[in-house]
Order: sequence, then structure tokens, then C-alpha cells
Amino acid sequence: MWNVLRAELTKLRRPSLSASTLLAVTFVTSLITSVLFLLVDSPEGNGERGVRIGRDVLSLPTGISLSFTNTAGLLGVVALCVFAAQTAQEYTYGTLRNLLVRQPSRMKILIGKLVAMKLFAIVMVTFSAIVGIALSYLFADIKSISTQAWSTADAKTAVWHSFINVLIATIGYGIFGMILGLLFRSPISAISIGVIWNLIFEGLLSAFVKDIDRYFPGQLLSIVAQGGTDRISYQYALFTSYAFLIVGLSIVAFLFKKRDVAN
Amino acid sequence: MSSPLALDVADLSKKYGDRMALSHANFEVPMGSICGFVGPNGSGKTTTIRMLLGLITPTTGGGHVLGESITKPEKYLPRVGAMIEGPAFYPALTGFQNLNVLAKIGGFATDSIAGLLDLVGLGDRGDSKYKTYSLGMKQRLGIAAALLPNPKLLVLDEPTNGLDPAGIHEIRTLLRKLADSGTTVFVSSHLLSEIEMISDHLVMLRLGKVIFAGKTSDLLAKQQPVIVAKPENVNDLNKLAQIATAAGHEAIIIENTVHVTGTSDFSAKLNKAAFEAGITLESLTPVKASLEETFFEMTGE
Repeated sequence: MWNVLRAELTKLRRPSLSASTLLAVTFVTSLITSVLFLLVDSPEGNGERGVRIGRDVLSLPTGISLSFTNTAGLLGVVALCVFAAQTAQEYTYGTLRNLLVRQPSRMKILIGKLVAMKLFAIVMVTFSAIVGIALSYLFADIKSISTQAWSTADAKTAVWHSFINVLIATIGYGIFGMILGLLFRSPISAISIGVIWNLIFEGLLSAFVKDIDRYFPGQLLSIVAQGGTDRISYQYALFTSYAFLIVGLSIVAFLFKKRDVAN
Repeated sequence: MSSPLALDVADLSKKYGDRMALSHANFEVPMGSICGFVGPNGSGKTTTIRMLLGLITPTTGGGHVLGESITKPEKYLPRVGAMIEGPAFYPALTGFQNLNVLAKIGGFATDSIAGLLDLVGLGDRGDSKYKTYSLGMKQRLGIAAALLPNPKLLVLDEPTNGLDPAGIHEIRTLLRKLADSGTTVFVSSHLLSEIEMISDHLVMLRLGKVIFAGKTSDLLAKQQPVIVAKPENVNDLNKLAQIATAAGHEAIIIENTVHVTGTSDFSAKLNKAAFEAGITLESLTPVKASLEETFFEMTGE
């Protein structure tokens, strides 16, 4: 498995992939942070679905990591795309046969890939946290929002909790991408179905059907990133979303192990 | 005592739905030989190779690779190099990086990569991205990847595709050199003249069935040699054919020549008989059946 991990990291480190991913992470983090702080006085709201997050909330110790927490959904989409593409491209490039000739244990290939992509997700989330926090200070200064509470021990705890929760959510979205990649064996199909499911299908149904988000892995992962909501607890969101993912991953792992590699 | 085997398959079959991609195949490949694997498109060559490499599961039957059952590919694949259905690499990585990925996965030393790139003629292009390679260069990289484990058995599927004549010659020389050093080479190709030049053993497939497996020389020896005689005067064609037939040989006229079945020792007799009958021969050439002709005859293609 370690050999597979080392090989996967060689692929993930390539400049075109790492640079474009970090660029995408910078873009989504900057977008969310700028909306959150620069539109703080806007009557249309500065949060998700028109929610208003006031100056008082941003001045709290949790204010330092709020933009980063709100970025989780879009970071998840980036992770979904990367995990799905890295998995499915082995089929479209025909490179899977090379990997399997060099490492016949398909489970080792799968686990090595998963661990490598989790490491990649850690880099993504860390980068997003740094960009988010740096921009929060910048925009707070521009909008005259107090940052006094951001240097307290409570703020450090909030950052740490946010980091862990966003990481768990991002990896969850990535695993969802990997499941789709193994299932559809085509990056374009896997990414488009994943994005449509997460952003459109789950998002629309959750907006119109009460409490249906309790059963959608994408919505639950978003709640994990927020540390839970009034309606859905952190524990429920975490266990239910990961139960979906573990069942999905087990099914595709079984298929991956048994399926003939004929392309 | 028979020589040890690099490959043997017994009753090996693969069925996709109602279609038999490979039907009850039996063949053996001795250690250290170069074995050509030939057959028309869709005859089951790649399916067989994939089963030997553990990529697809046989429907029935089994076999051994380097003495290990094909149901346990992890036991023999570290000693096998393979290029299946053409080269396949990551376009955004360089040739060197692509080999590096495979070397790491296989747990092979990465310090041999530069030498392998030199060996296949890519020494100066190892740092170029794979997507910038020509078909011939991609093929060379595929061969380099197959050589990464310093294999005991090399399985190559159409290795000369896209190569120019000089490249084909280089690959032929390389395969001969590898076989001389003890590596068994199992090579499929549609260039039958190439296979004839390098292979000492042959497995021939048609419609998923093995129609010949054995020494190349044995297959060619089964074919009747032909003597092609060309009289100076075309009016003598029928008379010359009659002389050959009278001597107990089959003769047919093709354009302005007479094709007589028979070994080269009949040439002298035919020449003498023609001279005695007043026929001057412009040329008299004994021709051995080529693998290509034999292949077409056996496959009915």
C-alpha cells in the first residue's frame, strides 16, 4: 500500500493539478470571505440562502473561522472533482492495467489512492484555512469589524474545530467523488453527476422538502462542516453521512475487486 | 527431459455473454524462447494476455506463468514485464515520471529508469511530457515500462506499432538480446514477417481457438515448398507444366510462370527435363512458404 501511496503522490504533486486545485481553493475561499465581510451591511444578506451574519457575530471568537467554515461546500465540490478525476482517469487513460500488473492487489491500489487523496485534501483545507483567515483580517479591517476576540484561546479552539470539521466534510465529498469515479469509470460522467447531485438535486429538494436534508449525504456533510445545526446534530450528520459513504465505498470496492479490466 | 515452461495454459476459456472470446485454449511456451502470438483481429489474443496477467478472470480452465497458477498473479507478476494493447500513460507526466510512478508501485529501483530510457532511444526525451510524444515514442516508453522489473517473462502486445523500419529493427534486436540473456518473450504482432524473423515458437489463434502451438520451424516445414519456373518463351508454359506433372508434381500456371510443388532438389531435375525438351528457362527459384502465406492458409483469411 505504501508503494501505491508514494506513486499516487507523484501524480498528485504534478504542477498542473496542484496549481489549478490551489487556484480553485483560493478562488472559492476569497469569494465566500469577501461576500461574508464586504456585504455585512447588505439587506440581501451575506450568508447562505440570504441569511444575515452581522458585525456582532463576526466579532465573536468564531468569527475568525466563519468564512473558512462557509467555504466547506465549495471545497467539497473541488475535492469531489479531484477524487473523481484521479480515480476515473485510470480507466480512460487505460493506465489501470499498468497499475494492476505492477500491484495485483486491487484493494492495496484502492486504499493507497484513498490515503494519497486524503493527504491532498489536508493540503487543500490547510491552504483554504490560511487564505480564509488572512482575508478575514484584511476585510475586517476594511469594514471596521472588531477582531479583538480573534486572538483569544476560544478563537484558537474555534479555528481548530472548524479545521477538523471542514476536513472531515471535504474528505467525505472526495470519497463521494471516488465512488462515482469507480462506478462510472469516466471523469466527465463522474464529475457532472456528482456536481449535479450535490448542488442541484440535493440543494433544490432540501430547499423545498422539509427535513429531507437529514437523508442526503451532501447536505449532511455540509452540516458536519458547520459543527451541527439547531435541527440536525453534529453527531447525527457525521455518522449518517459517513454510513452512506462507507456503504457506497464498500459496494464499489467489491465491484473494483471483481470486475474484469478489459479496457 | 522437457525444458521448463514460462507459460502453459490448459482448457482456458473466456465467455462474454453468448460470445466465446477464447475457447478451450491449450499451449505451452518454453523458458527462454521468443514466442509469437498471432491471429486476426478479434481472435482472442488480448483476452488471453489479460487472463495471463490477472486482469480478467477465465470462465473455465487455468494455466501457469513462471510456474505459478494464474489465479495467484501476485506470485509471478513481480517477475513479468508487460505492455498490453499499446502504451497507456499519464499525458501530463513526463516519460521519466511515468516510469517513476510504475517503479514505485512495483517497488522497483528507480535508478534504472534513465538507463531504460536510453535503451529504448528516449534518453533525450525523458523529461518531455508524454502527451508530446509521437506514437513510436509512446511505444518505446511502453517497452521501457515493461522492462522495469528486469523481467523473466516479457509480454508485449503489438510492440512495433507506430515504429519506423529502423525502430522495428532496434526492437527486434533488443528482443533477441533479451531472449539470449534468458528472458522469455511472448509477443503478439500483426507483422508476420517480423514474427517469423524473431520467434522460435508460435501460438496461432483463429476465432478464439488455438489452431497451432509449437515450433515455428515445425509449422513452416508442414508447408509444401514451391519451385517457380519461368520459361524464356511463354508458349512453353503448358509444356513445362506437363513435364512437372509427368514427374509426379503438382503444377499450376500463374501469369508467365509455372508453380511446381516440390523441394529444391527437384529443381535440378526439372531444369534438366526442360532442357531436354528444348525449353530454355529464364529463371528457376525454389520458394519456401512464408509465415504470412501459412497464416492465411490456416486461418482462411
